[in-house]
Amino acid sequence: MARLQLRNLEKDYGSFRAVHGINLDVEDGEFMVLVGPSGCAKSTTLRMIAGLERVTGGEIRIGGELVNDKTPGDRGISMVFQNYALYPHMKVRKNLSFSMRLKRRPAAEIEQATSHVSNLLEIDPLLDRLPKQLSGGQAQRVAVGRALIKKPQVFLFDEPLSNLDAKLRASMRVRITDLHKRLKADGQQATVIYVTHDQTEAMTMGDRICVMREGHIMQVADPVTLYSRPANTFVAGFIGSPEMNFLDGTFEGENSVRAAEQVIVLGDEFTKRISGRSEHVTLGIRPQHLRIVAAETPGTIKGKLTHIEFMGHEVYLYVDIGPKRLIAVVPSASYDRGALRDDWVWLSPDPKGVHLFDRQSGENISLAI
Amino acid sequence: MTDHILSQNTPAARDIDIVRSRETRSHRFSAALRYALLTAVGLLMLYPLIWLIGASFKTNSEIFSNPGFWPENPTLDGYIKGWKTSTPYSFGTFFANTLWIVIPKVIGTAISCTAVAYGFARFDFPFKKVLFSALIATLLLPNVVTRIPQYLIFRDLGWLDSYLPLWVPSALAGDAFFVFMLVQFLRAIPRDMEEAARVDGATTWQTLIFIVVPLLMPALISVCLFQFMWTMNDFLGPLIYISSVDKYPISLALKLSIDTTEAFEWNRVLAMSVLSLAPALAVFFLAQKYFIDGISSGGIKG
Repeated sequence: MARLQLRNLEKDYGSFRAVHGINLDVEDGEFMVLVGPSGCAKSTTLRMIAGLERVTGGEIRIGGELVNDKTPGDRGISMVFQNYALYPHMKVRKNLSFSMRLKRRPAAEIEQATSHVSNLLEIDPLLDRLPKQLSGGQAQRVAVGRALIKKPQVFLFDEPLSNLDAKLRASMRVRITDLHKRLKADGQQATVIYVTHDQTEAMTMGDRICVMREGHIMQVADPVTLYSRPANTFVAGFIGSPEMNFLDGTFEGENSVRAAEQVIVLGDEFTKRISGRSEHVTLGIRPQHLRIVAAETPGTIKGKLTHIEFMGHEVYLYVDIGPKRLIAVVPSASYDRGALRDDWVWLSPDPKGVHLFDRQSGENISLAI
Repeated sequence: MTDHILSQNTPAARDIDIVRSRETRSHRFSAALRYALLTAVGLLMLYPLIWLIGASFKTNSEIFSNPGFWPENPTLDGYIKGWKTSTPYSFGTFFANTLWIVIPKVIGTAISCTAVAYGFARFDFPFKKVLFSALIATLLLPNVVTRIPQYLIFRDLGWLDSYLPLWVPSALAGDAFFVFMLVQFLRAIPRDMEEAARVDGATTWQTLIFIVVPLLMPALISVCLFQFMWTMNDFLGPLIYISSVDKYPISLALKLSIDTTEAFEWNRVLAMSVLSLAPALAVFFLAQKYFIDGISSGGIKG
């Protein structure tokens, strides 16, 4: 039983409200990622769950139990910090066993747990080193080990990979998700709350992702849903790389939108998806859903090709449409180098990948079906 | 072709060698000059101490006749007679008294200042700002101003002629300077480690003892060192509160040997001064190692 529930959770710093009454349910054994730009209060939320930050209003329940007024040590959580926060004067062995020694567990049990955890994380050779003698990746593993040894109900990770270089980050990402799976398979409670600002980490690691912005939850969903059915312009723009193209426009007839002084035909299939009708809309098209077509066909978007970036397996094309710039990503194989810089090109959006947002509220109005 | 290239390179290589040796020579010269200057200034600073040690082996009359520091007829007379003193007590008693004042005071300072500094640096409580300002304000207050009211308090408590007036203020974090020093040091230490300890289940006191104190060690050692030296050298405190000779610390005992003898036995005074310097010097050199060790291991790798 390690379900985590946040109910109307609020946090005020003086007169500034950092967290605006958020509600979130994390199921037992789930890997939940909190993601958002800096200042979105994801870390504050995590620290409130940990008990390091006082709750202004609302409830935090771990395993059904209200923990608002419990100390961090009594909440059944453990936490991995961004800069590891290893105790610099203790050797790795003592760092790992600190929580058990505080609880005065028998020496044999401590020894057994330490060796189990160090085996699991492959840090046995490091046990007699001081934290300053560890590399970033090693220190990170020790920090994870220190969290693991407590056998907590909920693991909290606060941007644990942001101090590592790109290569190490990729391997640690796999290691952590792997560990989560292994713990689950062993029947250990392994609910994880993982905070990051990096959408790649969020998309690759999370069972579900909670996208936050300025103390509000924008959407909670699994990675595929988040990518293919973003609830609003914020999520649509935040998830996916390069960023989704946005064009402001208005409805023109039943199934086409006028944007950037062109009429973009969306087709009847698309029209069925529209749940709300509003005058001013924002059209959202992922760069991957734009195709270059040879010549002008009705419903395509005409623009001038200004930059071409060859990325290896794909090519980024920057196309100016009036004052707006669109990015199209096409596979290298299908890019025939027919179009050159400063050429006029025609882009054809794939109707399945097009989203329509209410310009006022930013809500996605094309999610019916 | 190869030959051609080689013959072209050689003069250039020779030039480089010449320039390089010229550079080394000028480096050596400037280093020699630097060290000569440093040695000269260092000697100038140390001379009074060297003279003191030399003079402590002289006879009383030679001190005034021979201005150099090397004694003509070295004698231990000053040490032997000085140790006996003109009182019923030997200098050993005064040494013991000094340590009996210094050690509890240093321990009290370390404990109380750490606790108070931890409170100020890490916790929010009502009137924290006002209280901290008051603490800093006492730093700026001249000592002399508080002497009389303090004396009156301790007199009313019946603590005169005991070591309590010397111990108690320090054991209650009365030395604002040390509190300030530790607070500043603590502010520079990230809180993450303490938060990690709290998540690991440590109470506030456990966090302080197991995490904060080890991190604070370099600063704590300097606090102890300062307190040790200042208390060793403190003259006014014991002079005001201690009246019986058997409780005198070294600082008062030295003056005693000047007072009671009609013709000052300077060699005895100087010999005892040398002895009284010894503990402070020894402690300083011992602690210096930890000082440097502590500072270099205090960093956290990010």
